[in-house]
Amino acid sequence: MLLETLQALLPDLNTAVLQTIYMVAVALAAAIIFGLPLGVLLFVTDEGLFLKNKVLNSVTGWIVNLIRSIPYIILLVALLPLTKLIAGSTIGPTAASVSLSVAAIPFFARLVETSLREIDKGVIESAVAVGASPWMIITNILVPEAKPGIIQGLTITTISLIGYSAMAGIIGGGGIGDLAIRFGYYRYDNTIMFTTVIVLVVLVQIIQISGDRISRVVDKR
Amino acid sequence: MIEVNNLVKVYRSKKNKEVIGVNDVSLKIKEGEIYGIIGYSGAGKSSLIRCLNLLEIPTSGKVKIDGLELTKLSEKNLRKARQKIGMIFQHFYLASSKTVYENIAFALKAAGKSPKEIDARVKELLELVGLSDKLNQYPAQLSGGQKQRVGIARALANEPKVLLCDEATSALDPSTTKSILNLLKTINQKLGLTIVLITHEMEVVKEICHRLAVMQDGKVIEEGPVYDIFANPVQPLTKDFIQSVLQFNLPQQLIENRKGTIIKIQFKGAIAEESVVSDLFQQFKVKGNILHGKIEYIQDVPLGVFIMELTGEEKEVQRAINYIEERTQNLEVVEHVA
Repeated sequence: MLLETLQALLPDLNTAVLQTIYMVAVALAAAIIFGLPLGVLLFVTDEGLFLKNKVLNSVTGWIVNLIRSIPYIILLVALLPLTKLIAGSTIGPTAASVSLSVAAIPFFARLVETSLREIDKGVIESAVAVGASPWMIITNILVPEAKPGIIQGLTITTISLIGYSAMAGIIGGGGIGDLAIRFGYYRYDNTIMFTTVIVLVVLVQIIQISGDRISRVVDKR
Repeated sequence: MIEVNNLVKVYRSKKNKEVIGVNDVSLKIKEGEIYGIIGYSGAGKSSLIRCLNLLEIPTSGKVKIDGLELTKLSEKNLRKARQKIGMIFQHFYLASSKTVYENIAFALKAAGKSPKEIDARVKELLELVGLSDKLNQYPAQLSGGQKQRVGIARALANEPKVLLCDEATSALDPSTTKSILNLLKTINQKLGLTIVLITHEMEVVKEICHRLAVMQDGKVIEEGPVYDIFANPVQPLTKDFIQSVLQFNLPQQLIENRKGTIIKIQFKGAIAEESVVSDLFQQFKVKGNILHGKIEYIQDVPLGVFIMELTGEEKEVQRAINYIEERTQNLEVVEHVA
């Protein structure tokens, strides 16, 4: 009985896993492409740093806080017009990726900023003292020095995104979380619910462990 | 080489209180000179040295290095100027994610050198600081002295004319300090580099500096050639610092139990090599007993101080004292027991 249910579930589960990976991957890519520079910007424009700019820092900080304070499910709905514009549709995994990306960018940016703060100010100063340009300091000192922290931030972002992606179900986003809610929770199907939860647990564990491991390898401190 | 005119640096604390770091300091440092700035923490010496490459923007005043007025340069030209001003730090500040090689290469990259030039220069620098075998190690694998050597190599990468040392040896043990100071001395002689170093250790100044400025409360209170300052300190603080190197305090008990006259003689320069003391005993009928004595070599010039007890007939003792005073011009009667 149990085995049969699981067997019947397999194709659905397979699609769901792929959908989750797809959504999370898109949002993660957006986080790296936009969130990383944003985090660097937040850091280098802060008081006492080499590109200090109070206005830019406050404005960026304010926008980041604004997006981060909106509960994801509201953001998801609020962004439907933007989603339509970018993805061409308001339903499906691609559509869900849009709001996931918007949520992931400021989230990751803050994590990047935090890991940059851990760099000894003296190291940055020594780079200023040798006459390096801001761009060189960012690419050659800041990012490499914060790499272990940035990788850990990426791990945290990935795991949070998997959680968020469960809510993407309301716009037909699909994914494992959606499967768990629709089949498991709404239909009281414990087998499906437990199976999907186990899949999620395993997925999260794998991501956390590999994230930690990579972070440790690049950490030369 | 370095000219500082009426430099003032005022910090504004969070409560909008003004804290004066550097208070109207003017200095002239000659080419090829090792210039020491000594002071206790909070004296403003760190602020001063950081104003020399504009890591700290002076509130007012001028900083001129090698004919360039730094305070007037554009961002881009200031970066160029900084490439010619090396700096090393108390805590080294190496990038932990970069190997020894990459740390030094970064400075060259910042100056826009080609990979080929960088490779040749890094190897040359590692040779100079004696770390050729540590090429691919990360800073975490190095000792403090080795890290400072990497710091020095990085600072020298773009063939600067000036090297600023911000408490460069304060985090090192005495023997490592000595080896780093020797390296700085070698660099100074070999490359004719002008070195400015700040420290709170008189020992460091004695070892390598040619001239010295003493700082207190943001001001330079005494300045001059190191030997002169050692021989004739004027300010109480300067005397304090010198006392830390040349300790001539006799135990109180020793002074109390003496019967003769206790005198302190200072021999400066050439006189230290003359036989003043033995001449004394041949000419006068006094007996001498050395209680304390030391000859320090500052920049290879001897500075001797002896504390002696003279006993004999009072007249004879007085004549002996006059004789020494005449020859050394520096005698102090510490205790006269008649």
